[in-house]
Amino acid sequence: MTKLTVNGREHDISSAPDTPLLYVLRDELVLNGAKFGCGLGQCGACTVVVDGTAVLSCVTPLLLVAGKSVTTVEGLGTAHEPGPMQRAFMQEQAAQCGYCIPGMMMCAHALLQNNPRATDAEIRTALQPNLCRCGTHMRILRAVRRAAETMRTAQAPASARGAVP
Amino acid sequence: MRSMPSLVLSRRKVLAGTGALVMSFASAPSLLLRATEGQGSPPLPGSLKQSPYLDSWIRIAADGRITVLTGKVELGQGVKTALLQIAAEELDVPLETITLVTADTGQTANEGFTAGSRSMHDSGTAIQNAAAQVRALLLDQASQQLGVTVDQLRTEAGAVIAPDGTRRSYGELVGAEMLHVEAQPRSVLKDPKGFKVIGKPIPRIDIPAKVTGGTAYVHDLRLPGLLHARVVRPPSYGARLVEVNAAAVEKMPGVVKVVRDGNFLAVVAEREFLAIKAMRALAASARWQETAKLPKQDDFASLLLRLPAQDSVIFEEHGAPAAAGKKLEASFTRAYQMHASIGPACAVAKLEDGTLTVWTHTQGVYPDRAAIAQMLHLPPERVRCIHMEGAGCYGHNGADDAAADAALIARALPGRPVRVQWMREQEHAWEPYGPAMVGKARAALDANGRVANWEYEVWSNTHSTRPGGAGSLLAARDFGEAFAEPAPKPLPLPDGGGDRNAIPLYKFPNARVVHHFIPTMPVRVSALRALGAYVNVFSIETFMDELAQAAGVDPVEFRLQYLEDARARDVISVAAERFGWTSAKALPRGRGRGFGFSRYKNYAAYCAVAMEVEVARESGRVRPIRAVAAVDSGQVINPDGLVNQVEGAIIQSMSWTLYERVSFDERRITSIDWSTYPIMRFDAVPESIDVHVIDRPGQRFLGSGECGQGPAAAALGNAIANAIGQRLRDLPLSRDRIKAAMPV
Repeated sequence: MTKLTVNGREHDISSAPDTPLLYVLRDELVLNGAKFGCGLGQCGACTVVVDGTAVLSCVTPLLLVAGKSVTTVEGLGTAHEPGPMQRAFMQEQAAQCGYCIPGMMMCAHALLQNNPRATDAEIRTALQPNLCRCGTHMRILRAVRRAAETMRTAQAPASARGAVP
Repeated sequence: MRSMPSLVLSRRKVLAGTGALVMSFASAPSLLLRATEGQGSPPLPGSLKQSPYLDSWIRIAADGRITVLTGKVELGQGVKTALLQIAAEELDVPLETITLVTADTGQTANEGFTAGSRSMHDSGTAIQNAAAQVRALLLDQASQQLGVTVDQLRTEAGAVIAPDGTRRSYGELVGAEMLHVEAQPRSVLKDPKGFKVIGKPIPRIDIPAKVTGGTAYVHDLRLPGLLHARVVRPPSYGARLVEVNAAAVEKMPGVVKVVRDGNFLAVVAEREFLAIKAMRALAASARWQETAKLPKQDDFASLLLRLPAQDSVIFEEHGAPAAAGKKLEASFTRAYQMHASIGPACAVAKLEDGTLTVWTHTQGVYPDRAAIAQMLHLPPERVRCIHMEGAGCYGHNGADDAAADAALIARALPGRPVRVQWMREQEHAWEPYGPAMVGKARAALDANGRVANWEYEVWSNTHSTRPGGAGSLLAARDFGEAFAEPAPKPLPLPDGGGDRNAIPLYKFPNARVVHHFIPTMPVRVSALRALGAYVNVFSIETFMDELAQAAGVDPVEFRLQYLEDARARDVISVAAERFGWTSAKALPRGRGRGFGFSRYKNYAAYCAVAMEVEVARESGRVRPIRAVAAVDSGQVINPDGLVNQVEGAIIQSMSWTLYERVSFDERRITSIDWSTYPIMRFDAVPESIDVHVIDRPGQRFLGSGECGQGPAAAALGNAIANAIGQRLRDLPLSRDRIKAAMPV
């Protein structure tokens, strides 16, 4: 058994240690967010966040993430209570087929956690490993910018927002 | 608001109150109407032609629950939301109260394929008319019950309301068989001025699940007792399986079964990664006899010109004889290009009690069912195909083949659901590509610089090898019985295949267009978004620029000189204006601007694109800076959905046009992943794309999903030519080609 924390919950994983994290998430933990795209680390559809860093789960064996904390798109919120990143993607209607989108969101999530004031150029660079075939790029960029704004506003101290107590 | 003013209603009034209303009505009205109107009656609108019963499209339960059914499928184009908007509008019910069922051979009408930008035209039109007629029937029923004439009644939020405020909900009004009647040719549709739902940017209903990890795709379908399968595909087209050590693989942990049938080879395991490991072991132990002989990759154009072709003159115009003047000619080529879905094909199948159910992201559940039934010698009613979304397909990719794989494997394991997903290299190597093509254009200008003569020829394979018969499916070709691949056919105009959009919308005094259909297919090909329109519009529109230059006229102005269609002129003018088009003002060195236009299929949406690019002299690298598009797709249902489609088409077309070319050696496909088949990434995406929608309230829905592909490619090609002063006519306009063409 391998210990793994996923979206805040601790699990004892029965999959073999060489199993890529993607199949642990999809097959054993029944999470849909991370997608199989290439199995080669070339497209980013499987991106999840491990201890604050965006990781390609299709080429990351369970062994390397044992004891670590994994966040998938399910960990950002739900359809009824979406988190800021999810809300931004809904507001911008930043999806066509949507298959690449959870990977995009997790990549952006890792970026904004580490760099809440990421510039457009930094967002593009962070998303460079992630492929979208529908051509939703402009909306994805807008959604990430919107999420960044929302997250900054939420984090800013009340006085900075001019809030009245 | 008036209800259906047809004879049906008077007939209905006669029958009302007899108690036999329901059954009599079910069969009587359309017969009555036909008898009255005779042969002259107009055809039913949209897909009502094929499935005329109203309850094939709309059902209302006694408790008021409303179900709308469509034979079309969600491909990420937003069709579900658009169809719901239409139904909600014409029924006068809140959108969120409607349940939508998409293509399922067990439940919905047969609407063929979801392809060719036809969903709104076929299904949207059917649902709009069915909904209007259903509402009319409900109004009439309320009129009977309340003793108030129909014109005094109104509908709101799923109920009919009388002048005194009395409400009758649709559920209270509907009779058991009330909607089981054939539609009438004419409906009284709502006045677009009063639209509350159509024309509004309603958020897509499929997006919340997609961004939160809900069950959004067939890939996420986890049935109890689910098994995972992987297929071992041959290394090259037509390879024969000589030997394989199935016994050793069956001993691997978690492996349930190796399925071998002729050259079809697959393995089934309890867990997904175990299936992948077993697939690799199986592939390593397999020995194949390879016989494929692929053409030389760089020689496809001359091969296409050499292969036997069926030639047809598809357009001819003879006006005033061409005066002597400047003559231009140009040749265009397009390499094989792939759909390259981000998610490899997937399907789930289960054989139970002699009935096979297949969950698939096919674009056509009925054709897929027919092909699978034929493959397995099952009567079609013993096979049910249910659509679930996959990753975007952009045409005929591996979806149908994966469905056939799952069906064949599930047959070997009755009672257990089997999920198959292709590997990346399988999707890249085995999907049917967009065919390689050649175009040749010739034109003559008269002494005044006006086009006197226009000739265009196009050489292409078919653009559809969709099922079809079982032989369209890879599994059916590989397994023991080895169904033969059906003979390819050209797709008839006005849609066309290789000749889609080969006839220019421009009016020239003399013109001739020839389609050379090539039956021999050296490489597996089928429908890729826009089919031949991508290449033909690129050729026509870049050649128009060459002519404009020869005539010394601004390219936008030059196009307008040959267009009579006011809506065509409008999209061109709007795109040019919003872009700030002017050929008078020079751009900085290395920058160029270009324009492209077409009306998709010459009968669907109008689209014009203007683009600015930057070309790096040292590397030949192209960076699109900005694009501005204008689109007219008739009555707009969801403007944001339309903008999303056109933005996507522009970026996808940029990727095809700048980078994409399937590679192969003499035997095997060698484009097998994203490094050997690169597509556009974020660093090359433009700074901005602005899409302007020209709404045409009350006009019929025009397909728009594929309308941007050709104009975007043309605008890009023209912008590159404008930037470097040289014409490139071979797609893709890759970095090496641009560098080679660049003047020193």
